[in-house]
Amino acid sequence: MTALTQSVALARESGVAPRTAPSKTGDRLFQGLSYASALLVLLVLAGILGSIIYGAWPAFTEFGFGFLTSSAWNIGTEQFGALPAIIGTVAAALLALVIGVPISLGIAIYLTQLCPGWARKPVAMTIELLASVPSIIYGMWGLFVFAPLFARFVQVPVSNLVEGMPIVGTILYARIPSGVGVLTAGIILAIMIVPFVASITRDMLDQIPTVLRESAYGIGCTTWEVVRHVLVPQASVSIIGAIMLGLGRALGETMAVTFVIGNANRLSASIFDPGSTIASRIANEFNEADGLQLSSLMALGCLLFIITFFVLIIARLLVRRAKVA
Amino acid sequence: MDATNPITATGRTPAVSRVRSSRRVADRILIVASTLATLLGIVVLGSILLMLIVEGVKGFTPTLLTAPTPGPGSEGGGIANAILGSLVMTFIGIVIATPIGLMAGTFLAEYGKTSKIADVIRFLNDVLLSAPSILIGLFVYTLMVRPMGTYSGWAGAVALAIIAVPVIVRTTEDMLRLVPGPMREAGAALGAPRSLVIRAITWRAASAGIVTGIILALARIAGETAPLLFTALNNNSWFNANLLGGVPNLPVMIYQFALSPYPNWQSLAWAGALLITVTILALSVTARFVIKEQRQR
Repeated sequence: MTALTQSVALARESGVAPRTAPSKTGDRLFQGLSYASALLVLLVLAGILGSIIYGAWPAFTEFGFGFLTSSAWNIGTEQFGALPAIIGTVAAALLALVIGVPISLGIAIYLTQLCPGWARKPVAMTIELLASVPSIIYGMWGLFVFAPLFARFVQVPVSNLVEGMPIVGTILYARIPSGVGVLTAGIILAIMIVPFVASITRDMLDQIPTVLRESAYGIGCTTWEVVRHVLVPQASVSIIGAIMLGLGRALGETMAVTFVIGNANRLSASIFDPGSTIASRIANEFNEADGLQLSSLMALGCLLFIITFFVLIIARLLVRRAKVA
Repeated sequence: MDATNPITATGRTPAVSRVRSSRRVADRILIVASTLATLLGIVVLGSILLMLIVEGVKGFTPTLLTAPTPGPGSEGGGIANAILGSLVMTFIGIVIATPIGLMAGTFLAEYGKTSKIADVIRFLNDVLLSAPSILIGLFVYTLMVRPMGTYSGWAGAVALAIIAVPVIVRTTEDMLRLVPGPMREAGAALGAPRSLVIRAITWRAASAGIVTGIILALARIAGETAPLLFTALNNNSWFNANLLGGVPNLPVMIYQFALSPYPNWQSLAWAGALLITVTILALSVTARFVIKEQRQR
């Protein structure tokens, strides 16, 4: 303090103006701007919900809760129901999980436990690049490469095999084996969520202290036993979170699904048959829609918002601070 | 870990094994299954790239990059208008998103830290990061297209910006947190106000990471189709300089042309798909290298 007074006195004597503290205004302005930008994120989220509810209002008041249970989609009579789209969305996303999760866990285990050191980085990068491929490209791949192969080598043989059987004969029977359908959408979605789930799981497995793993190997455990009894219990909560995150993506994915799901407006008991999801129906019909149809599409969007945000919030609570996709 | 596990390390069973065969079988199944899963991932990526190259190269005509998209069923033409439209909208989107994302990320890392409001914003930003992009399209449709009465490049750019912001917020915050506290304290000890410390010290120290976030956001929005469907739409000619009316763009062009019955449109869609994928993969790879450099610093 004395030193400061002395130097200020010295500055006065020598005729140099003492240095004043920089203005607070700029500092406050900067802080205010950053605060405002952060609040904008909240505002956007609220805006998305608000605008969709606003757009969906006429449909909600017209159909009430019947909207959820009706499977009508008739533009002529203006009767709309969400059931086929909801079931399609949930079915495709669940199929994606059933197929995608084991693959993701396999990749995460391979990368953390089995992969030779030199190959780890290139392999991890290849898997992560799958996440950057735009969804429309997955759609094209699904429709032009995967669907024909799927029709020929899976749908036709399986349909022939199960024809006439009870239950299986309904679920796995393709009336027109074109390759597109709910199961195809599930498979493409599975491929799309694999990089996300695998990379989060891998990070979680990497965070487990090596000592735990090594002591398990030290008492003679096999890789399977280490994974089953040491790694999975340690990371289980985060892995479930990663799976939920994948589910959130699968539920809302639009373009890839629109290409391969077949866009049928009716319900079918077979997973080989075409169907539609909320997102694919919005993508298909929104631009040509008006009036009650537009509002019903908005209402579908509102349902999608509620479903995915519920799933994503659970996911984010389970995986705290997972990496950026 | 290989060294601690003699069975997998040598790839063969020791002469006298004390491991029960059921345990060995379970172990083998795991190893084979996870290796196959990884191979599957690599094969799918390879197959996608192969498909794009085989089909895309056929679409490369001399006029591809100079002519606008042709009308339905007509020959020739290119995708120059869609490329330009995409570039313009992506650029505007990033220009809108960068300051907002940078400032919001700065708030979370420097001002908000562990406060309640920062926690809420951080959490909802993470949710927004994985929100279905088609809902953002619906939002911008209600917000801009309907009041303005026309589809526009501005609406498309705003939709893309909304997708880019959470990515930039997230990476900015993560990268600023890597900057050691003593650097900030050193700046403050020199008498610099907090905003100057942030701008001259923390931002500079984290610059490579922040740039990576912007590149990642760019890679993310360059291929987005769903939010453009109801905002920018598409058209088959050059767009207006004021960006009002439909603005052609690669993703929606690919979507419409790939599903069209015209061979010429389909081949243009493939060429566009190859172009866009190569660009996005290149951006992602670049981002990964930059971020690695930042983390090592």
